Amino acid sequence: MSKHVDEMAIEISHEEVVNAKVTLGFWTYLMTDCVLFASLFATYAVLHGNTFGGPSGKDIFDLPYIFVETMILLVSSFTTGLAMIAARKNNKDQVLTWLIVTGLLGAAFLIMELTEFSHLISDGHSWTVSAFLSSYFTLVGTHGLHILTGLLWLTVLITKLFRQDITSTLMRRLTLFSMFWHFLDVIWVGIFTVVYLMGAL
Amino acid sequence: MFGRLSFDYLPHELVTVGGVAAGGVGILLGIAAMFYFKKWTWLWKEWMTSVDPKRIGVMYLVVAALMMLRGLADALMIRAQQATSVGSAHGIVSSDTFQQVFSAHGTIMIFFVAMGLIFGLMNLIVPMQIGARDVAFPFLNSMSFWLYVSGFVLINLSLAIGGFSGAGWLAYPPLSEMQYSPGPGVDYWIWSLQIAGIGSLLSGINFVVTILKMRAPGMTLMKMPIFIWSVLGSLSLIVFAFPILTATLSLLALDRTLGMHFFTANGGGDPMMYVNLIWAWGHPEVYILVLPAFGVFSEVVATFSGKRLFGYTSMVWAIWAIVFLSYSVWLHHFFTMGSGADVNTFFGIMTMIISIPTGVKMFNWIFTMYRGRVRFTVPMLWFMGFVVTFTLGGVAGVLMAIPPADFQFHNSLFLVAHFHTMIVGGVVFGMFAAFNYWFPKFTGFKLNERLGRYSFWCWLVGFLLAFVPLYILGFMGATRRLDHYDPSLGWQGLFIVAGLGVGVICLGVGFQLLQIGVSIWKRNENRDVTGDPWGGRTLEWMTTSPPPEYNYALIPTVTERDEFWALKQRPKKAASAPLEPIIVPNNTAAGVYIGAFAFLFGFGFIWHIVWLIIVGLIGVIYSVLVRLSEDTTEHEISVNEIKKTEAVAAAKRRKLA
Amino acid sequence: MGIHHKQQSGKKYILLIIGISVVVLVIVVGMLLSRMDIPVLMPKGIMARQERDLMFEALLLSGIVVVPVFTMLFLIAWKYRASNTKARYEPDWDRNTLLESIWWGIPCLIILILSVITWQSTHALDPYKPLTSSVKPIKIEVVSLDWKWLFIYPDQHIASVNLMQIPVNTPINLQLTSDAPMNSFWVPSLSGQIYTMSGMSTQLHLMGDTIGDYNGVSANISGVGFAGMKFVARVSSNSTFNSWVVASQHSKQKLGVDEYNTLARPSQNVPASQYALKQDDLYDTVLMKYMAPMQDNTMPGMEMN
Repeated sequence: MSKHVDEMAIEISHEEVVNAKVTLGFWTYLMTDCVLFASLFATYAVLHGNTFGGPSGKDIFDLPYIFVETMILLVSSFTTGLAMIAARKNNKDQVLTWLIVTGLLGAAFLIMELTEFSHLISDGHSWTVSAFLSSYFTLVGTHGLHILTGLLWLTVLITKLFRQDITSTLMRRLTLFSMFWHFLDVIWVGIFTVVYLMGAL
Repeated sequence: MFGRLSFDYLPHELVTVGGVAAGGVGILLGIAAMFYFKKWTWLWKEWMTSVDPKRIGVMYLVVAALMMLRGLADALMIRAQQATSVGSAHGIVSSDTFQQVFSAHGTIMIFFVAMGLIFGLMNLIVPMQIGARDVAFPFLNSMSFWLYVSGFVLINLSLAIGGFSGAGWLAYPPLSEMQYSPGPGVDYWIWSLQIAGIGSLLSGINFVVTILKMRAPGMTLMKMPIFIWSVLGSLSLIVFAFPILTATLSLLALDRTLGMHFFTANGGGDPMMYVNLIWAWGHPEVYILVLPAFGVFSEVVATFSGKRLFGYTSMVWAIWAIVFLSYSVWLHHFFTMGSGADVNTFFGIMTMIISIPTGVKMFNWIFTMYRGRVRFTVPMLWFMGFVVTFTLGGVAGVLMAIPPADFQFHNSLFLVAHFHTMIVGGVVFGMFAAFNYWFPKFTGFKLNERLGRYSFWCWLVGFLLAFVPLYILGFMGATRRLDHYDPSLGWQGLFIVAGLGVGVICLGVGFQLLQIGVSIWKRNENRDVTGDPWGGRTLEWMTTSPPPEYNYALIPTVTERDEFWALKQRPKKAASAPLEPIIVPNNTAAGVYIGAFAFLFGFGFIWHIVWLIIVGLIGVIYSVLVRLSEDTTEHEISVNEIKKTEAVAAAKRRKLA
Repeated sequence: MGIHHKQQSGKKYILLIIGISVVVLVIVVGMLLSRMDIPVLMPKGIMARQERDLMFEALLLSGIVVVPVFTMLFLIAWKYRASNTKARYEPDWDRNTLLESIWWGIPCLIILILSVITWQSTHALDPYKPLTSSVKPIKIEVVSLDWKWLFIYPDQHIASVNLMQIPVNTPINLQLTSDAPMNSFWVPSLSGQIYTMSGMSTQLHLMGDTIGDYNGVSANISGVGFAGMKFVARVSSNSTFNSWVVASQHSKQKLGVDEYNTLARPSQNVPASQYALKQDDLYDTVLMKYMAPMQDNTMPGMEMN
């Protein structure tokens, strides 16, 4: 009897150890991503005034449009939170629902962003015009690439969830995804403030 | 179809063709040997797909050693050119080739030799020293190594087709932009570093988690070996500095491939931004390299003095002071860019402050020897050489930390001599000490002492011969990277002496290779059966030499610093805990595939082959997904197997004792 | 075994001494073989002089740490070598507050002193700081090109390639830019260097106090012709300088925008030459090239007059 309990204790602690390692590892990775974005923010801060005869932020930013994008992303963070709550309650259907909503919102965000980009390019305000536009497209675009990666990751998670129950591994991966998604939201708040608000005002 | 790839990019100059031919012959011989000895399966199963950090560590060391040979060959060419290209003579290579040679030399030495040696050492030593069996993320470990190899292949391929960057090891714009460097050289530089850099970053994350989460029970932070503290400091720097490199390389790549204007001469680009970003990474990088070397010396001095390390707490504080300060000094690499007196003063003072904890370490090492019983084995010789050279180089550094003085030293050969003194005297000497110190642990026999001594003296004398003239040349107004100069300047004599110096260093390398060969040949005479040939103090000396796959049959419990030394003084009763099956990760080919696809990705970018970029990208993503969806990634070593392994080791010990 | 070890250690130190002697010998011979001209240590300009004095101050202060480090290293290594069984052996002695205070404290003190010196000297020797002199300064505008140096003297209406002639004991106000990759203007005999960058104008103030010809280089790599990018900084008497100015003003070579565009094309190992300046604000024109997009064909970025 005691031997059985001991074995279970060993198994549980193995899982816990893995969780602890993976969580710390992922947090550390998020820190490195933070430094990456910090470098891009610093570059934008230094170069945003170098319009080289081309447009500045005031000329090209459409604040209401960006506000809608921001709201979409913030809501998607909220729905991710709802998915996690459902996951902890082991309610697979709810998890799926909220994850799919998150995915749709994320996709909407990306489509809006790509539309904005293509309008800029067709108006002749491409990244080849000036340092300002280069740093704008790169900072916002890098965030967009992260969102895209997140959506791909989400697709894999949703697919897995369709086929199986919420195992401890899947729970861990869902947690990591939500950390990633919230992190991207925080970065977006930074972008919204530094790039769009400060640029357009 | 193949972008801008064409036969025009094959090398034309004799020296380059010769180098490529030599390399090619070497590779073919290697492949032939593998077929002859039928070792492909062994190579794949035992090494390439291994996730054992002891194996990965050895592979890092092998690749780093190969790169060191290439870097030294580059150094010989630089010295030969600068000794002979005077007046109407124009040396052995063209200006263009010379610029590629020194750019490759610096890039290879920093990114592939020094970083490779550091990661090799971390893989080999860190898990064992903290009483663990593996790193936190074994698959990630393998992936990091193969990304490093991917970069290694790219940078060596540049020799054979396309040529390398001629813009120096840091490729400052606007010279490195398309306007002034339209060829594939700078792109080779960007992508070999970008890919290897991601590997470094992932290893940084991996080892941080390993140290923080996988120490043996009872090993609190202040009971960790000082080498682990040094490594932790270095890792913290990796984690926070390498993303800056990733970003900066990406921005330069965007300028070059998508016509952006971050650092271009026109379009509003600002090259000063690049200089700031690259050095914000670059300065922490040199501390990333030197901190583990400091850690090695701490272990070596304590062991060979038979004495506790003096001032352990101080040493820990000094490490973290260095880590934090290293983020506040980067501007000292470009005092001459004109940032104004206030800014220059701040960074100058911060730079000088960083010499304080380094000095403290020196004194702590010296006073570790005080009242000890110092055995001057080869690792201790390397330590002595280190103190001599590093201190002198440090003085040169203090001189250059004062901005107006630096105005006369910057980019001169004085600067070149200074940083070589720090990196060779500090990092390289440290790695050689580590190699001699830990070699017996992984092989079961010691390295030949006499050849080790010869190699040390050749390195030390050669180093002084090669670089003291450079300090003098700096005073004589000789700027760096010159491929030709006037005889009236009176520099040639010193360049010739410097060339002799590199020759003596090569003799030292020859002795090192001989040392390895002779030691293997005569290994039975140098056998160590105890697992503890030096009277070690830390946990790794508890295991057999070489250690079993799982390192420890029973994870030791730690009650104090230098636990193993304490155990030897006051043996505890053997733990009667029962053996349990050990879970060990499976081998995986995913790392190899990811490295291969990353190579294709980089190659595609360099040559503007769009479909190849896509193939590479999809390949990497696919390999990662496949790996993540694998169900069984671990297997068990049963108690019986463990008992058998331990019994065999014990029998060997009895037989050879 | 012990005696053998002692002989080994003794041999080690003899080897060390021999090794160092050889190194020193070879270096001395090397230096004798070459003519000894050490611009940084034997400067001919007031900035370079002060910079050199600074180096010696810092060297002396560093000595306070370096000398004890070396002395203690060898003394302690020798005394506590394993074969010396008479020396005290205390394997657990690993701390001493007094010692630690000394080697944290004294370096802190030295760095404090050096910091004050750094603050003072960095401001005093700021390349942007004009020199105090009763003599009227001469303004020279410098443009680094691929792969030569252009010196424009707007007030004298002349220009010179790869030769910067200046009168002795006269403050020189340099304004520098680049129409090529990043370069670094450096005449070690006269003063420290400063980077030149396109689209940006920087400053350097210097003064030569001894008549002579001094080597000038670019201290930042700018491409294949970089090694040939040498110039002469000629410090001459006032009368020699004035004659040179007059001769240049009458030079058959003129320098206006068109000639400049030709000059700016890549060329290596360009011999020194003088020009009469056709356009006094040529420097500003070069600078403006990088400020706005190309507008016409006369010069990229230049507005039609």
